[in-house]
Amino acid sequence: MTKYAMVVDLRRCVGCQTCTAACKLANATPPGVMWRRVVDVETGTFPNVQRVFVPTSCQHCDNPPCVAACPSEATKKRADGIVTQDYEMCIGCGYCITACPYEARFKVEDVDFAYGDEPMRHEAEKYNDDMNGVVQKCTFCVDTIDEGIAKGLTPGVDPDATPACVNSCIANALTFGDLDDPDSNVSKKLRDNQHFRMHEDEGTGSNMYYLWDKGEIRL
Amino acid sequence: MKHSRKVASGPWPRLQRAWDIRAAFNFIGGGTGTGLLVMAFLGALDGRAWFIPAFAGMAFISFGLLMVLLEIGKPWRALNVFHHPQTSWMTREGVVALPLFACGGAALGLNLLGMSGIAMFFLAVTTLCALGFLYCQARILRAARGIPTWREITLTPYILLSGPTEGTSLFAAFAVWAYGGLVWVLPLAIVLIAARAAAWAYYRNGLEKRGAPEESLEVLDQMAPGFYLVGHALPVLLFIAALADAPGVPWLVSLGGLIAALAGWQAKRVLITRAARTQGIAIPRTPVRGRGQSHPGARPGWINR
Repeated sequence: MTKYAMVVDLRRCVGCQTCTAACKLANATPPGVMWRRVVDVETGTFPNVQRVFVPTSCQHCDNPPCVAACPSEATKKRADGIVTQDYEMCIGCGYCITACPYEARFKVEDVDFAYGDEPMRHEAEKYNDDMNGVVQKCTFCVDTIDEGIAKGLTPGVDPDATPACVNSCIANALTFGDLDDPDSNVSKKLRDNQHFRMHEDEGTGSNMYYLWDKGEIRL
Repeated sequence: MKHSRKVASGPWPRLQRAWDIRAAFNFIGGGTGTGLLVMAFLGALDGRAWFIPAFAGMAFISFGLLMVLLEIGKPWRALNVFHHPQTSWMTREGVVALPLFACGGAALGLNLLGMSGIAMFFLAVTTLCALGFLYCQARILRAARGIPTWREITLTPYILLSGPTEGTSLFAAFAVWAYGGLVWVLPLAIVLIAARAAAWAYYRNGLEKRGAPEESLEVLDQMAPGFYLVGHALPVLLFIAALADAPGVPWLVSLGGLIAALAGWQAKRVLITRAARTQGIAIPRTPVRGRGQSHPGARPGWINR
């Protein structure tokens, strides 16, 4: 089987938001909608303060609360672990938004472009009227993955089969791959580093792993 | 041109904007409507005319669902709501609503035609469906895993108690004029109002125990004094005065019933539109950079856990 996951190396992320911009370019999301974002977290108390940049998006959970909540089956989980959104089935009730503990879902009320009423070129190319009035979210660039696989490419290895955020990362903080393959880049990184998943206690089984130190002990 | 809903870039829990007052009206209408249907049925068992409270109960539930229809992005796809009964409590709510309205309509129609026996049967089925509808609403909130104040398990008993309390309080206000009062209604309303206050305290305590965003708790605590004193203690006092045959009994009962119902509605409005903050960002450890060390992580904007 295949189970796609993303590994985020918090030691490497510099908070540049290039992945955010790459996602917006690749998916032409409207203003204010960020399928991928990097959150700036400050911890500790002065003078011992740390600053951590936490890239986050849909976590493509093993037990996605959004899929369970969705009344129309617009949200589904594929066999390879990717959680998808069917814009033609979605009724725009927003229940999945309240079900997601990762704030990864967005309801777009109406047509909205970055610079006024006229779309930029990439917005015009990607414009899909079905996405208005319904909920949207990160898909792990599922179209790119599927097209890449059809060409015999390997997601996470070949850029043409890999999510835009991973391709764009200037610090190589993001890794994508098949968690069920013990030799994949994500499996190796998880084996060699200590990691956690966000809101693990919610039992969602997130497939976004955060590396925080070398070694094998897992939080 | 409307703007898309913005996302905050910070790690703190933010107020959810997916559901607004229209969603709150669904929980208000569902709860009060269910309470009125239950009371209509109990009144019918006592031999009283039940058409008006049953009709009002159905109207409340219909109003709530109409508000939901106005909130969803694609109302003409509303039938898609029935696609996922396996796990979605919203689908289940819709499924239960079908026999609720079918049987409710039959009960009201047959009652108008004078076929009171069979109408009573349909009223009983409608009441059972309404209770199921209310249970689905409680579970809808519990399944909203991204909103700590909704997923809190102790909210379920509150929602289940609040609806019948609102309905019973309104029914008391109606019964005192329509029937000249019913012996059992005011004591039942007093018990339910007291139970609702206890359920709210239990819920608030549960949130404290399992943790919640600070600002959610602040909003709930700001509401608490008025909720307990005006929304609960005052109607109980008014009902007790009415039971003691104080002057102006119908007015005392009407005022008490209305206040008790309004308190429940206000709590639901606050729960849906003001206290519903998201989970926010949490990291259990900070990363080790260079020769530095890892430090305890953070869950900004939270208390406990």
